Amino acid sequence: MDSVAPDRVEWRTPSSRLLRLRRLEVVVPALLAAVALAVIGAVSGTAAAFGVAAGAVLAGVLALPIVGRRYRSWGYAEREDDLLVRRGVLFARLTVVPYGRMQFIDVTAGPLERIFSLATVKLHTAAAATDARIPGLAQNEATRLRDRLAELGEAQAAGL
Amino acid sequence: MTVPEEWQRLHPLSPVVRGGRGTIAIGILLVPIALGGDKLSSAVPQMIVIAVLIGAGFVSWLVTRWRVEGDDLHIETGLLRRRSIRFPLSQVQAIDVIRPGLARMFRVAELRLRMAGSSGATARLAYLPEREVEPLRNRLLALARGARDDRPETEQPSEQQEERVLAQVDTWRLVVSILVSDVGVVAEAILVGFAIAAVLSPHAAAAIASGGAVWIISAVTVVWRRFNQLYRLRVAEGPEGLHLHGGLVALTTEVIRPGRVQAVRMVEPFLWRAVGWCRLEVDLAGRQRRKGEGEAARGQMRTLLPVGHRALALELVDLLVPDRPRDLSPPPRRAFWKSPLRYRNLAWARSDSAVATTSGRLRRISSWVPLEKVQSLRHVEGPLQRRLGLASIHVDTAGKAVHATLRDRDRAESTQALAELAELARAARRAQATA
Repeated sequence: MDSVAPDRVEWRTPSSRLLRLRRLEVVVPALLAAVALAVIGAVSGTAAAFGVAAGAVLAGVLALPIVGRRYRSWGYAEREDDLLVRRGVLFARLTVVPYGRMQFIDVTAGPLERIFSLATVKLHTAAAATDARIPGLAQNEATRLRDRLAELGEAQAAGL
Repeated sequence: MTVPEEWQRLHPLSPVVRGGRGTIAIGILLVPIALGGDKLSSAVPQMIVIAVLIGAGFVSWLVTRWRVEGDDLHIETGLLRRRSIRFPLSQVQAIDVIRPGLARMFRVAELRLRMAGSSGATARLAYLPEREVEPLRNRLLALARGARDDRPETEQPSEQQEERVLAQVDTWRLVVSILVSDVGVVAEAILVGFAIAAVLSPHAAAAIASGGAVWIISAVTVVWRRFNQLYRLRVAEGPEGLHLHGGLVALTTEVIRPGRVQAVRMVEPFLWRAVGWCRLEVDLAGRQRRKGEGEAARGQMRTLLPVGHRALALELVDLLVPDRPRDLSPPPRRAFWKSPLRYRNLAWARSDSAVATTSGRLRRISSWVPLEKVQSLRHVEGPLQRRLGLASIHVDTAGKAVHATLRDRDRAESTQALAELAELARAARRAQATA
């Protein structure tokens, strides 16, 4: 994807484990649905259920490339004075958050993320609309980023 | 640092005023007791309730005290859970004087200090005797400016004369403007519909009145609140910044300190545009309210000019946003296919210190954001925009109400604008930090 940001920016991407997690999030429900439908089909003897089951598998398979593209759209770059976060395939978004504007930084890890030892870093500014979120960072990278951002934020903090 | 001064209490009638409608309700409750003197025994439950309420009010007054300590305002309150809060005066965004109807009857007023920060804490001194409010406010403002506290209470009254009135709203124009505003039209539609129903069949009208009472009351309340707040609103330029005075029943006085303005918005509703009227609002930091603060939370924006001509509004904008960008450029013609309704209103421009955008479907909304107040920038390119070679940049500010968006710009222009705005905002923040 072509980047809106200047060319010299060095983009970092979330961990490749995020891609695995996102794929599982698509494949597992699709397979579960397919199995459940197949069981229903076998019990009740309706052929249509098998068709729907096959459809679920097909939808899961078709979704995989989309998952891949969405994963590749994520990126962040630490510039001198601000953090860039890009995301989105259909709606390509690029957020510029100056370090001095960050109020606090959230690091969260849901149960699935924890299994893959991933974490999500979220930046908060005084503006509610700021949507700077970086999911799927390896936990040590998340900690590093949080500490680095906190340090830069403190150094450049600007009053409202 | 001066020696801590004596603790002071609020006005003894504070609980009565703070009770507001509750107090009026108690007064009504007392009427039958006063009239039916012979059946005192039946009134015992009411008497107990009233006694408890009066006692609670008295205790809350007794345990609340405040004083100025150095650069902090220190408020202590609470009987069982004692709360002691210090408000650093350097963080004060603005100090308002609020006088609800009941407070005016008792000649008291509330002093409300709005603090900076996302928590949006508000220090309230409710209520103080009316004559003490002005000197105290001036003193707190002087402290907030970092001036020395030598109690210049006698020097201050001259401030009133220093004010230069910039704009005052005509009552008739305000009435007309509310009548043709969005809420006004809805309220009128409801009332007219009700009147027609009443004429056609009084029977149905009664049913509507009982069923739609909520709607009727809420429509009337909204209109009334707007009128009450904006009645004879006066904008003046004073030593502390812009002064706002106004109100019909509840009088408010508010000071907007320069440099605290997060964004300015000018709204030209569809029906007003024929006469060239507009409304000017400012977004100040620290206006977010906590949950449950109710009524106050509605007023996210502070109205500077409820209704006035464009030229006057732009004059005020010049005061709030020096170096206001001019000559806004419209988007490329193909943006029409993306935003057909907004297309005629879209435009943007920047100067070295501010960005200006216009948008809106029926009404036109112009927004100005000083670049040093920009919280973040978002570049968004949707599917339709990609096909047309367009993109939007959202300029995020601390308030919720102003959406300054460079909508549907040419892709090359938006890329360049994003880099430029980020750079200019950085420079503006630097300049502000060193100043």
